[in-house]
Amino acid sequence: MEQLLQDVDAVIDQWGAKPESLLQIMLDVNHKFNYLPKESLLRISERLRMPINQIYSVANFFKVFSLTPRGRTMVQVCTGTACHVKGAPKLIDRVRQDLGLEPGQTTEDLALTLETVNCVGACASAPVVVVNGETHSEITPNKMASLIKEIKAKSA
Amino acid sequence: MKRLTSIQDLDALRQQILEKRKHIRKRIRVCNGTGCHSQGSQKLVDAFEKVLSEKGLTREYMVVPTGCNGFCAAGPIVVIEPEEVFYQKVKADRVLEIVERSVLGGEVIEDLLYVDPTTGNRIVHEYEIPFFAKQQRIVFKDTGSNFTRDIEDYISRGGYSALAKALSSMTPEQVIEEVKISGLRGRGGGGFPTGVKWESCRRAHGDIKYVMCNADEGDPGAYMDRSLLEGNPHQVLEGMIIGGYAIGAREGYIYVRFEYPMAVENAIWAIQQAKEYGLLGENILGTDFSLDIHVNRGAGAFICGESTALMASLEGKIGEPRGKHIHTVEKGLWNRPSNLNNVETWANVPLIINNGGAWYASIGTERSKGTKIFSLVGKINNTGLVEVAMGTPLRTIIEDIGGGIPGGRKFKAVQTGGPSGGCVPERLIDLPVDFERLKEAGSMMGSGGMIVMDEATCMVDVARYFLNFLVEESCGKCIPCRVGVKRMHELVVDMCEGRGTPEHLTKLEELCHAIEETALCGLGKSAPNPVLSTLRYFRDEYEAHVYDKKCSAKICKPLIQYIIDMDKCTGCGACRRRCPENAIIGVNKECHVIDEELCVRCGICIETCKFKAIYIE
Repeated sequence: MEQLLQDVDAVIDQWGAKPESLLQIMLDVNHKFNYLPKESLLRISERLRMPINQIYSVANFFKVFSLTPRGRTMVQVCTGTACHVKGAPKLIDRVRQDLGLEPGQTTEDLALTLETVNCVGACASAPVVVVNGETHSEITPNKMASLIKEIKAKSA
Repeated sequence: MKRLTSIQDLDALRQQILEKRKHIRKRIRVCNGTGCHSQGSQKLVDAFEKVLSEKGLTREYMVVPTGCNGFCAAGPIVVIEPEEVFYQKVKADRVLEIVERSVLGGEVIEDLLYVDPTTGNRIVHEYEIPFFAKQQRIVFKDTGSNFTRDIEDYISRGGYSALAKALSSMTPEQVIEEVKISGLRGRGGGGFPTGVKWESCRRAHGDIKYVMCNADEGDPGAYMDRSLLEGNPHQVLEGMIIGGYAIGAREGYIYVRFEYPMAVENAIWAIQQAKEYGLLGENILGTDFSLDIHVNRGAGAFICGESTALMASLEGKIGEPRGKHIHTVEKGLWNRPSNLNNVETWANVPLIINNGGAWYASIGTERSKGTKIFSLVGKINNTGLVEVAMGTPLRTIIEDIGGGIPGGRKFKAVQTGGPSGGCVPERLIDLPVDFERLKEAGSMMGSGGMIVMDEATCMVDVARYFLNFLVEESCGKCIPCRVGVKRMHELVVDMCEGRGTPEHLTKLEELCHAIEETALCGLGKSAPNPVLSTLRYFRDEYEAHVYDKKCSAKICKPLIQYIIDMDKCTGCGACRRRCPENAIIGVNKECHVIDEELCVRCGICIETCKFKAIYIE
């Protein structure tokens, strides 16, 4: 806990404890822990002197923030228009079948989180899947299956 | 590096850089834009650098990781300057060969060249490829050849000379006048005249004013802002500094989506470099003008592209828009005058100042001046970023530049303007593309996404897609958008799943008009557009879904069925083994069948079958 609060403080100090830094601080904390631990939000509220309900509403409003722990591997299926017309829904179906996950859910062992994202701006290589920040282009349901196998093998 | 303290310093530095580069004989340009990057172009850069340093050639030959070249379909791309020999789909194992044969030897490697699909000829030079030849690149000219992370490269190409010109020989009013003459309209979608916006912001009351760049490119299917900011951040920054001078701002923000990490990085990096060189910060180029710019990341909300929502989120609130009866140029961020323009709009500014407003106004149509960058994606051969003069016919973009539809399929429609736009059908293919004509056709410019659709795209499904997107992205502040769009989505889902009745169609249209008139902000007001435009041009498809329970494009799952062709099936069993639902039955070397009850219509069997024996009905 001490360590967590120190980490949060370091982020706050970097951006400055002022309202316009809120989103930037939350992004960094969210990135560091892969979600927003409750204690971190309380600390941010205290140090930025902003009501906790405002912090929570921001955390709920923006898509990138998670209030529950997420998997070590983040699989983001792009569902932008170009990816959609080239078959992104089939990729999500595939993950649903293979792992029993709906977008937004995490496997029980915290190995993998499935998310959808509205356009990562790699439309020319559609459909794309981003795994821990790395973009994989022109994915088919079969390629998706082997990608998941690879991730599973790595995290086992 | 010493700070530039006068206009003359900038010229001297430019000369110095050119002098320093005299001994460079050839430059190897490796496209590092998003498309090429996702195909492994960083490996190419590393490999080229390794080969050159092993051979001790780094002084005379230079590897340049550039921004997006635009021709994403051909990536990863390597271009050798000065001849502009264009190599496509290059793999790292070819690097040594390219250096030895092409860079040192001056030979052309045939099998890496682009092949013209219509003539079958191999094309050597970049400028001869039809994809480039038919474009008019002015804003996007340098993005694919600029060393993204090197301010000196930008300066050597004449960068920051527009800023120097504005600061040394123009009053802020004259800068605004020049932008007004140019006829530049906002490239974020609305198309509001930029000069007029700047003027209102300059005249607005307040000591502190902000200049802001909207890089929250949320339109699915559009990535020109991303490519510009990643590939040529200084061009955008220069535009912003000039804008800041014109409206009298001292502080600025670049609001970038967190989904674009490289754009965030490059923008931060460009700001730092510009500060070091005295092009940003206190007393820019030794003048009285000072400006500071920060980069802020968005957090994944489409609505934050709307000016009032963007500013709310910058203030640490949730990104809800407000009514715009008071403009943001008067009361924006912290209730102070704020001038927000899109990335592409800013990138146009240095060109206008350098070449004059009249020059700019000579390009384009009567009411839409200059060029527009489109991201041409979807079912098209030459996917990529395309810059053409306003008023260029759709046919030129799709057939000449885009190279037509792959797989011998027929062009059906093109979707422009993202979730606020609409579909333009095949019969309007000769439509000149500008702000007005797109609007007349029931669509809009938006930020410039062009998603090409062929026969295998269901227009009802497309409408459902956009409605689903808008349901997710509605901020929920006003009822028409929060509830209305959701009801529209339910109606369209019913149609796609075979539960549609004629009443659904009537209700859908009613809702469209009600939401258009009553929603609070641009997102809600334009939410019915994808439905209205598809209803206008593809009503028969909606009717087929409702009356006949048929999806002619064979997309809507409950309305289709997978069938194995008995004549073509060899009984190899590949589909049976891959089917995740065990819905395929059969023994080896005998014809297989699909159990319709178990089949989830995922399409894996079609992808797997080598004999094209599975089809959809």
